[in-house]
Amino acid sequence: MPGKHVLSILGRLLPAFALAFTFAGGAFAQQQQPPLKIGFGMSLTGPLAGNGKAALISMEIWKDDVNTKGGILGRKVEFVYYDDQTSPATVPGLYTKLLDVDKVDLVVSGYGTAVIAPAMPLMMQRNLMFMTLFGLNVNSKFNYDRYFQIMPAGPEPAVGWTRGFFEAAMTMNPKPRTIALVGADAEYPHLALEGARVHVKRLGLKVVYDKSYPPNTTDYSPIVRAIQATNPDLVYLASYPPDSAGMVRAVNEVGLKTRMFGGGLVGPQFAALKTALGPLLNGVVNYELYTPELSGKFPFLEEFLKKYQARAMKEGVDPLGYYLPPYAYAMMQVLDQAITATKGLDSAKLAEYMHTHTFDTFVGKVGFAKNGEWAEPRVMMVQYGGVKGNSIDQWKQPGIVTVLDPGPYKTGSVRAPFQDAKN
Amino acid sequence: MEASTALVINAIIAGLLLGGFYAAVSVGVSISFGMLDVVNIAHPAFIILGSYVAYIVNDRFGFDPIVVSLVLSPLFFALGMALYRIYYLCFEKRGQESLRGLAFFFGILFITEVLLVLIFGVDYRSVGTVYGDVTWRAGPVDFPMRLVVPFLVSVAMVVGVQLFLTHTFFGRAVLAVAQDQLALRLMGVNPVRVKELAFALSIATAGVAGAFLIVIQPVQPSIGREYIGLVFAVCVLGGMGSIWGTLIGALVLGIAESFTSTFFGPSWAPAVSFGLLLATLAFRPSGLMGR
Repeated sequence: MPGKHVLSILGRLLPAFALAFTFAGGAFAQQQQPPLKIGFGMSLTGPLAGNGKAALISMEIWKDDVNTKGGILGRKVEFVYYDDQTSPATVPGLYTKLLDVDKVDLVVSGYGTAVIAPAMPLMMQRNLMFMTLFGLNVNSKFNYDRYFQIMPAGPEPAVGWTRGFFEAAMTMNPKPRTIALVGADAEYPHLALEGARVHVKRLGLKVVYDKSYPPNTTDYSPIVRAIQATNPDLVYLASYPPDSAGMVRAVNEVGLKTRMFGGGLVGPQFAALKTALGPLLNGVVNYELYTPELSGKFPFLEEFLKKYQARAMKEGVDPLGYYLPPYAYAMMQVLDQAITATKGLDSAKLAEYMHTHTFDTFVGKVGFAKNGEWAEPRVMMVQYGGVKGNSIDQWKQPGIVTVLDPGPYKTGSVRAPFQDAKN
Repeated sequence: MEASTALVINAIIAGLLLGGFYAAVSVGVSISFGMLDVVNIAHPAFIILGSYVAYIVNDRFGFDPIVVSLVLSPLFFALGMALYRIYYLCFEKRGQESLRGLAFFFGILFITEVLLVLIFGVDYRSVGTVYGDVTWRAGPVDFPMRLVVPFLVSVAMVVGVQLFLTHTFFGRAVLAVAQDQLALRLMGVNPVRVKELAFALSIATAGVAGAFLIVIQPVQPSIGREYIGLVFAVCVLGGMGSIWGTLIGALVLGIAESFTSTFFGPSWAPAVSFGLLLATLAFRPSGLMGR
């Protein structure tokens, strides 16, 4: 019978229709879900805007990747962000607006110690989980159990951050006995120098110079000459990009005679200063978080760097992206995994989960200590050598960076004294 | 710290070189603020603009940034003329130059900064020169060419401006406009035109100072803000409207900063410099060379 045949066909098609409606309904429901809004301030103008913009590009790449896969918990991710102008004073108001006016679901920090610390009181007042980007030892003053930080400085950040410089220095023969400590009058250099002083005390080094300078100094040669007059075996410098450039130039102009110089310079990690200073960086010992020498150890990073470098070139920010961008992406990967695992945005649950689990990210496995810092430090102390000219391409290849510390990543030993290491 | 002779000489040399650069960034303010009564708070923005112009030409063609800035100074001169014309028509002519004029220049400062951010991004920019990494040594004394070349050109520029103002009819008219505009009108000179050209000259010097800045250190769009206090301090210390005073004031501040950094600690340098400014004003309110 034809009627029976039609019914039979309909009977076979019905499950297929039902399945199709289920998928369509699911997709419709996902479209109906409100977006997951993540708010933050970021330094898009001001002295640290180069890093802030690079971090933003990185976070946007993550957002696009996540949304392509369907979002988090079926919700598309949206960013709400404002320029903090690299000014700590703007931060409390900006985060209050994000939470009370923009009604974001989560907040993360902008880049750097100076803009993380001012947001902390508000986060603590609202009991919010706060994932932060490259703050050095911020939580030591707050002891907040919902604070997390993606920079690999370890559970004692100031100490972990500076450890590699001293470990490398103590491999020299004879061992160094005196040290000059110098840094900018700003949050990060102060904290880095605090960490350096812990090592100085532990190793019994004699401090012959311990001073800071205003960040807007134009000529650094009087500072270097004053350091030279004390004849130190080691010179530890903690600085931001403009003063890093000024100090490296002054050290070369004055012809600083010491055995090892560097340690905590922010700036030589980025293409702008690598190319601007070129051979002047030879002999300088400094921290890096990634170098092409170690490309085999971070296989997924290559894939991210390709995406980042394509966008960075267009937007006029650090075209290498070895320092901050991978960690900005990793910060968001941690959030993604924690939200997915806890199936929600509850700060208490997220914090508890993050304290008790490790996360697979582009920068490797990340686990957090009780104070929200990385459970294991992984700051690489390197020495530059053999830099010729100011071409950017030489920095994309292995050969001009020697990793001195930590052990698993070590590719060579420190060359000293400083003036000999320059050649 | 023991003050060895070499350390003292080096501190003086470094202070003089630094002072030369300070003179270049301040001489324009000395003209606009000291002589014309135009509180051009946007002066550092034009310095940064000068840095970026020098950067573009250096990056594309490899020309020396200081030579580029001198060759292109007529462009900055024209920009200064246009800017003063707007300021005059919108504020000065209506007698609203005090507060609204100040807001106008603040606006120019931020607009310039934002435009530079949009065009060039926020990364630090620097230039390559044949002398940038060269240091001459005379015994224990160092002469970094990165500072020596801007110093020499700066002193030549400041002396040139002074000679121009005192030995030409137009220059004397500028000096006269600062003293008595009515008398100037009676002599058949249009004070607005004189002020327009003098303001343009001040912006042209800012363009050249911008090239000095990018030779000395890498720049990014907002770095100019750091010089707002300094340029006005040099101008007041030297004596309002005195070009020689600007040069001397800049050298004094440079040496004070260098000495303090060398012998007492660099964090004291700004306090000593501005303490010196206050002390000078207490004993000589018109500044070192003011009338």
